[in-house]
Amino acid sequence: MKPMRATIRSVLTAIALCLALATPLHTSAAQETVPDGPTTAPTSAAETHDLAGLVSRLPKASYNEKSELAGAIAETGNPRVELILSSFSAGRLQATKEGRVVIALKDDGPYEDALTGDKLGMMEGIRLKKVRVNNRLRGELHGLVARLALSSPDASIRRHAARETFDAADPDSLPSIEKALSRETESDIAETLRQARAAIILKNGVVDEEGQLAAIETLRDRGDLEALNALLGLDKSDNLVLRESAASAVRSIKRTLEYWDVAQNVYYGLSLGSVLLLAAIGLAITFGVMGVINMAHGEMIMLGAYTTYVVQQVLLAVAPSLMSVSLIISIPAAFIVAGGAGILIERTIIRFLYGRPLETLLATWGLSLILQQAVRTIFGPTNKPVVAPDWMSGAFQLGQLTITSSRIWIIVFSMIVLAVLMAFLKYTHFGTQTRAVTQNRKMAASMGVRTNLVDALTFGLGSGVAGIAGVALSQIDNVSPNLGQSYIIDSFMVVVFGGVGNLWGTLVGAMTLGVANKLLEPFAGAVVGKIVVLIFIILFIQRRPRGLFALKGRFVDA
Amino acid sequence: MKLWKSALAGFAMLSATTAAHADSDTIKVGILHSLSGTMAISETTLKDDMLMLIKQQNEKGGLLGKKLEPVVVDPASNWPLFAEKMRQLLSQEKVAAVFGCWTSVSRKSVLPVVEELDGLLFYPVQYEGEESSRNVFYTGAAPNQQAIPAVDYLMEQEGVERWVLEGTDYVYPRTTNKILEAYLKSKGVKDEDIMINYTPFGFSDWQTEVSKIKTFGSAGKKTAVVSTINGDANVPFYKELANQGIKAEDIPVVAFSVGEEELAGIDTKPLVGHLAAWNYFQSVDTPANETFIKEWHDYTGNEKRVTNDPMEATYIGFNMWVKAVEKASTTDPDKVIAALPGTEVPNLTGGTAKMLPNHHITKPVLIGEVQDDGQFDVVWETDDLVAGDAWSDYLPGSKDLISDWTGGETGGTPCGNYDTKTEKCLGLKAMH
Repeated sequence: MKPMRATIRSVLTAIALCLALATPLHTSAAQETVPDGPTTAPTSAAETHDLAGLVSRLPKASYNEKSELAGAIAETGNPRVELILSSFSAGRLQATKEGRVVIALKDDGPYEDALTGDKLGMMEGIRLKKVRVNNRLRGELHGLVARLALSSPDASIRRHAARETFDAADPDSLPSIEKALSRETESDIAETLRQARAAIILKNGVVDEEGQLAAIETLRDRGDLEALNALLGLDKSDNLVLRESAASAVRSIKRTLEYWDVAQNVYYGLSLGSVLLLAAIGLAITFGVMGVINMAHGEMIMLGAYTTYVVQQVLLAVAPSLMSVSLIISIPAAFIVAGGAGILIERTIIRFLYGRPLETLLATWGLSLILQQAVRTIFGPTNKPVVAPDWMSGAFQLGQLTITSSRIWIIVFSMIVLAVLMAFLKYTHFGTQTRAVTQNRKMAASMGVRTNLVDALTFGLGSGVAGIAGVALSQIDNVSPNLGQSYIIDSFMVVVFGGVGNLWGTLVGAMTLGVANKLLEPFAGAVVGKIVVLIFIILFIQRRPRGLFALKGRFVDA
Repeated sequence: MKLWKSALAGFAMLSATTAAHADSDTIKVGILHSLSGTMAISETTLKDDMLMLIKQQNEKGGLLGKKLEPVVVDPASNWPLFAEKMRQLLSQEKVAAVFGCWTSVSRKSVLPVVEELDGLLFYPVQYEGEESSRNVFYTGAAPNQQAIPAVDYLMEQEGVERWVLEGTDYVYPRTTNKILEAYLKSKGVKDEDIMINYTPFGFSDWQTEVSKIKTFGSAGKKTAVVSTINGDANVPFYKELANQGIKAEDIPVVAFSVGEEELAGIDTKPLVGHLAAWNYFQSVDTPANETFIKEWHDYTGNEKRVTNDPMEATYIGFNMWVKAVEKASTTDPDKVIAALPGTEVPNLTGGTAKMLPNHHITKPVLIGEVQDDGQFDVVWETDDLVAGDAWSDYLPGSKDLISDWTGGETGGTPCGNYDTKTEKCLGLKAMH
């Protein structure tokens, strides 16, 4: 039905082209992506008018009308169509009060005219209203844009478009897919296109049995969840041969996916482990090395996260171009803020309480409540937005594994922090002094080490590292006054389990707990999974009270 | 030292006189919302909302010729403290009515106190139902005013056949999901097409849960997630959905606890297109709502403060109380309780809210899609107002129960849990 109409329209367009004088209204940027059909020549006046009529109706239309209009706009074959539709789906198509439709090239401008592409600058002082889209419409728009983008000269655009057509599985795209297949040079895009064709064939049964069997094979080779999804639609088919072939393909895909599932869970476990490691690593110093039960440790993480927020706000106001490196700037800032707070706490509270663990516990617990409420009073009780830079959002496929960028960066980051910290303690003068003081305070003092200063700085170091953890956690959790609370128990668990006073123990402890948790979760559920892990730790501590890697020697209890 | 003591005495005298003064010509109104602790994020707004409403009422000349005096207490997100503060409001401050609580745990904690001291509580948040007290008026949504219409929308408009019921592990999600499961089954949905899943409070590592949803959603049928995930756990959940490439077009999530306030300030890009079911959205275009938003911005002095559903429920509850007090010409709780059923006040979405004999109100149900500015765009709404139902029609234990505090349908005696089969009132023992 629709392809037929499109062909007629193309013919008409061709005739119009011969008759009318070309009026090149499009910009050079729009010319890069020429849609299907023979309309590679400049736009005709009649057609632009047609497009203008359709676009101008968009702002006031209902969702159903918008959907029809979008289809009609796609069929005009105007070179600007792709930009208009993709802006529409992204919510960047906006209208002035007078009904002029403009496109925001970035979130807050600059703008250009939707029809002519005239640059309109920032359009300050003019009230713009977004042309609204809903879910269903957005899906349709993605399909339409993808169909147009299949003929883009840019391979990465085509690759993306091919994936979108697979997801949409819209039978109207079939002719465009065939056409794109015939001239595709990149083998992986061609493969995706064949899969998209297969999915459409299976969904709509548009070809004979042989074609459908071939389609099943194509999807079996693809072998992921989406392919499974398309194949499962066939289990109600009347054709016995088809049904059995699909069923065997489903079985084989499911079998491979099971292995991938285990790998995926292990990866999730490592990712959770790295988060636990980051949260616990500062505590491994203050509690593990110094023996201070610091219940306000979580709040140091929270301070780090809020520092990230403040840094981003300041950058946004002063130097927006630095936003992409805001997290890197935040790392030293968070270290200084949380470390400074740590030194202050050590000098004013904790130093009077050395050797009195119960009092330390109570005092720092009270302190954590004070810090939470202070932050709540200053910044308000609502969550604060911390923007993820582009290089940290999104995900990529590794086989059937979905690896999210933010998580992989956090794994890398936690390893760097651990390595730097270990090197620092081992090879620097201050590190040597710290170890000396914790191993034998009196001896160190008699050797001329200023133990007071070392205590303060070590506590500051542990707090500062917690602050750095806050920078990373701001990417995956809410930046709210309660941020720290959710990590304090886990942090203690990791340090105790790994063995007090040993950074290697913290690493192994965090990773073990993370992986155990994630392997249990699919079977036991999140709540029970956590309980099982806790019981395991309780039993383990009964057997080995000093944790995985116990410090040995005569100074341990000193 | 002496100076200090006399200053203290003077201060004590001063406060004693103001208290005496206050007793004579003001009406005290209790506000019981957490201003610190985890719930402060949601409840602080309602406190401000109440203060604004009281100020406006006073500007209009007060109530019964007296000025209203707000009494604000802070239960600090601590459930037992809610009960203590409630006792303080009712027996020491002698407030005429209390507006407050958020979460069913806090309500259940104050319930015995309100009933014992015969107070009056307006509860402004959606809840799981299965409760009816003579002393409590529920101006938030019951499950049949939020959860069930949302499921209907997904089933009819988006053609959903497979369901994930994902919630935080506490009473509201558990009861709501029980009702939804019974409802879905009554609509012919099979066991294997329903997945129910709970996570702890403040859960932030959603990787496994989301990949489970992804797998569940790849069975050749349109799948949707019905989310009763509470508060802070939501943002990491939506972020993970976006990270794993699940778009709202593939697997839409409809949430019952995500509103404008929760979205304020956060990066909403990963949420765009997902749904929420409420009885009010800030984006609703009516003159009443426009006025309300303007007054709110003027009162808070902040153009960016958003309005949300529990604020509207508070607005309705307060206006109903004012109207009932005027009707009864007294603030005596017993008389006001008797005067409240049947009271009608305009809501902010262009309709009229009516207090029903079961102490719930009539509401429209709206389904909104999250937009990238943190607002909701209404995509669907019920044709008529829906009457709140205290006892769900889909649970075996409660489908025969009705609540009527006027006694009209319960054989003359007011009753919160009248069994229509045995024609008996189960009474206080079977409550809560």
